[in-house]
Amino acid sequence: MTHRSAVREELDEEVRDYFERARADLIREGMTAHEAARVARHTLGDASRAREDLRSYGWENALEATLGDLRLAGRRLRQSPGFASIGILTLALGIGASTAILSAVVPILFAPLPYPHAERVVMLSDHNIDGGRMDVTFGTYEELAARSRSFGALAVADRWRPALGGLGEPERLIGDRVSAGYFRVLGIAPRLGRNFEAADDTYRGPRVAIVSEGLAKRRFGSARAVLDQPIVLDGNEYVVIGIMPAGFENALSPQAEVWTPLQYRAHAPFDSGEWGHHLRMIGRLAPGESVQRAEREILNIAGAPSADFPRPQWALFENGLRVESLQRSVTSAVRPALLAILAAVLLLLAIACANVTNLLLARGVARRSELAVRAALGAGRGRLARQLLTESLLLALLGGVAGLGIAALGIDAIVALAPAGLPRLDAVRLDVPVFLFAVAITASVGLAVGLVPALSGTREDLRLDLQSGTRALGGRHHRLRRLLVVTEVALALVLLTGAGLLLRSMERLLETASGFDATDALTMQIVTTGRRYDSDDAALRYFESVLGAVRNVPGVTDAALTSQLPLSGDFDAYGVVFESAPQTTPDDPSVLRYTVTPGWFRTMQIPLLRGRLLDARDRPGSAESVLISESFAQRWFGEQDPIGQRVRFGPEIGRTGGPWDTIVGVVGDVKQASLALEPPAAFYVAMGQWTWVDVVQSLTVRAHGDPAALVPSIKHAIWSVDPSPPIVRVATMGDLIAASEAQRRFALTVFGVFAVAALVLAALGLYGVIAGSVAERTREIGLRAALGASPLRILALVLRQGMTLTGVGVALGLAGAAVATRGLATLLFGVTAVDPLTYAGVMALLFGVCILACSVPAWRAARVDPTIALRSE
Amino acid sequence: MPEPTTDVIQGTLDMLILKTLSLAPMHGYGIGRRIEQISRGVFKVNPGSLLTALHRLERAGWLDAQWRHTENSRRAKFYSLTRAGRRQLELETESWQRRVTAVTRLLKAEG
Repeated sequence: MTHRSAVREELDEEVRDYFERARADLIREGMTAHEAARVARHTLGDASRAREDLRSYGWENALEATLGDLRLAGRRLRQSPGFASIGILTLALGIGASTAILSAVVPILFAPLPYPHAERVVMLSDHNIDGGRMDVTFGTYEELAARSRSFGALAVADRWRPALGGLGEPERLIGDRVSAGYFRVLGIAPRLGRNFEAADDTYRGPRVAIVSEGLAKRRFGSARAVLDQPIVLDGNEYVVIGIMPAGFENALSPQAEVWTPLQYRAHAPFDSGEWGHHLRMIGRLAPGESVQRAEREILNIAGAPSADFPRPQWALFENGLRVESLQRSVTSAVRPALLAILAAVLLLLAIACANVTNLLLARGVARRSELAVRAALGAGRGRLARQLLTESLLLALLGGVAGLGIAALGIDAIVALAPAGLPRLDAVRLDVPVFLFAVAITASVGLAVGLVPALSGTREDLRLDLQSGTRALGGRHHRLRRLLVVTEVALALVLLTGAGLLLRSMERLLETASGFDATDALTMQIVTTGRRYDSDDAALRYFESVLGAVRNVPGVTDAALTSQLPLSGDFDAYGVVFESAPQTTPDDPSVLRYTVTPGWFRTMQIPLLRGRLLDARDRPGSAESVLISESFAQRWFGEQDPIGQRVRFGPEIGRTGGPWDTIVGVVGDVKQASLALEPPAAFYVAMGQWTWVDVVQSLTVRAHGDPAALVPSIKHAIWSVDPSPPIVRVATMGDLIAASEAQRRFALTVFGVFAVAALVLAALGLYGVIAGSVAERTREIGLRAALGASPLRILALVLRQGMTLTGVGVALGLAGAAVATRGLATLLFGVTAVDPLTYAGVMALLFGVCILACSVPAWRAARVDPTIALRSE
Repeated sequence: MPEPTTDVIQGTLDMLILKTLSLAPMHGYGIGRRIEQISRGVFKVNPGSLLTALHRLERAGWLDAQWRHTENSRRAKFYSLTRAGRRQLELETESWQRRVTAVTRLLKAEG
């Protein structure tokens, strides 16, 4: 660089020499010294352009000029820290937030699943009576696998939660029991070992398993160490025959680490488990087939029953099956929230763009006189443009770097905050193209517009600017800036309204009755393992001992067990038939089954409405008693007294002889899937009286004081009966309720953060415009003050200007919000998309912040010294 | 009465500089003044163009530049013609003559 600066000094010296000689000559010709200097300097204007031209020779000069520009730009930004920090912050927010959200949402919603020809992988589900999706029965799968021609392969999967025994602490694994073709449908084969074959998937076939690379490494050291070795799952030895590749994504249940063949009976009798709606079916469309053609074919098969494949009443699939891409199917639950968040971040990005544009416009206008001076001194238009571009690019660069930081933090936060059911979370990582896109969009809009004021004028205009200061200019730019501020306010209002509606929904939701008392209730899941509990008697005895041991823990006031826990994500439902009409299954066969110990209702504080609760009489062997929920009673009995009515559920339905179950009582409704959903019909049976004893039970404990403090002693009590069963999902009922609304809470959090950011940006934009306007009108305001306007009136004058902009923005925003919030409908609860209270609150907040933003410049205006009007001309 | 001044004819500034320097080494200001004087004030040299041209010619290797101390202890950059510059001057002069002859002939043509 020393060489470069030496060259520049020489250049300067040459110009100076030229100037001195010219001046001397002029004096010699009779000019006064002063006149001579002026004329010489006039000619020099051209000379300094020569200097610029000379410097732009050659690449080393170009590089030097660029570095010079950068240094100058850095200095300029440092000279106006307010502009720089707001600009960088705005860019960082816009770039960071949109990169984080797009990085998360795009792979989840739009990127194809990581399977060969992923577009052909579909999910097949039965139609629920209310149009929802329902799992299929094994019989339906068997029939379609044999009769359908649309699919290259079909497979079914059932959730499997085996306890891994043997070495170390017992651990409950997440896995699937799958039909032999499962991995062929997905198109991914094990990395090591072999795939499942038809011979593996036979009734009482060999105990074999395929495990994930992650599980192999975590528990056994390496894939090779466990391949062809036996592992102990639920007390039985399984031979590991294959290891899935490390990147394998099991879209159906992302956390699955172990798979075993389903091994169901072919042509099982109707009263067997095979005929329950509990299997998720996937298929790979044959080449050339489409989803529509497959649906039509299935409908045809449904309409033409075959004697080889008899169907029970509840598995007629007379409306065919729903066939949809697996991608869409696994994301359908989170789609509304994610789309809403996507829209929110695009709004925020638009606000950020508007703000940056606004900022650069203001700066461009403010700098016109500076630019005019430099142009008059001979700087070429291209040179000025380059200088401005460098400045804007430096700003964008700094904003981008800060944005990258925000994006990285944001993605971590998203992964941490994400509701447990969020699929494809593994695919979420910082997306570089998305980042570059966000940088480009935010920066380029601002840059392009920021250049306009500097370059729009001709040199003649610039000369005018030089004479007039900044006063006379920029009517057009002012209009544009006002328009931008109005847009920002409007967009911020839309975001705020969305956040407000979600917040109100959450409040409403948490106010709704869950049907039980969650305070001081602790829950944990006990997973019995192994052959020891293969017999129902042994399992029953074990659970009763556990209950006794837990009740003896000091501090525990009550304890009970249940097969499924409300608001925990458990879902276990069965069909029902009534003795009064044994041949007809009701429209919607799903009734939630709770197999409980008699103390359940007391522990959960579920009220008895009619009849009696379950008690010690309801033992294995005695006549089966059931309790039904209030909605069950209303739905099927109406005004009629359900007590004494007789019913059969699920696996009992196919039974021809045998006893019926008697309804002995009605209890209050309990929310199961979500607080937001109407409570579904439910029935309760004593643990010993159901067809089987569930191997996984949820223990619920009520205690004095903080139940969390009792966790170690309760675990100890459970393990004192048998140290082998894993204890999982330890949580208070309050935690579970919160988690059950995680998706809503997630959307609410994101909307809340974005809305606050939008509010701040809009306020900054408004502040900038009003402050700029006050600065430009200083003389006019001074004049008004001199003519007798009181400070209060001037204050009001400025505030009115700000409030007019805000008002227009709010009006537009209201219209926008009324339309946009319709997209939120599925996420709302207990409020409509046009909830007046929310709108009122949001408007009050927005106006309040905007008044605040205007009051600083208004205050400044009110204190303008009247003499300024006289002085500055 | 002095003749009206005009900018140097486009494309001839290089030639005029080379010609001026073929007589004696000179600094930028001197070159400009000399062109104005010899042309009897017809040509007015724009200093920006002049300095730019000087550097361009220096880069092209037609001029040599040397810093010399002047009377009042300032430094001035003196330019002189190189051998290549002399050849270039010949080429440009020749080409100029050709063009002038052609233009003159065209202007004189009648009928």
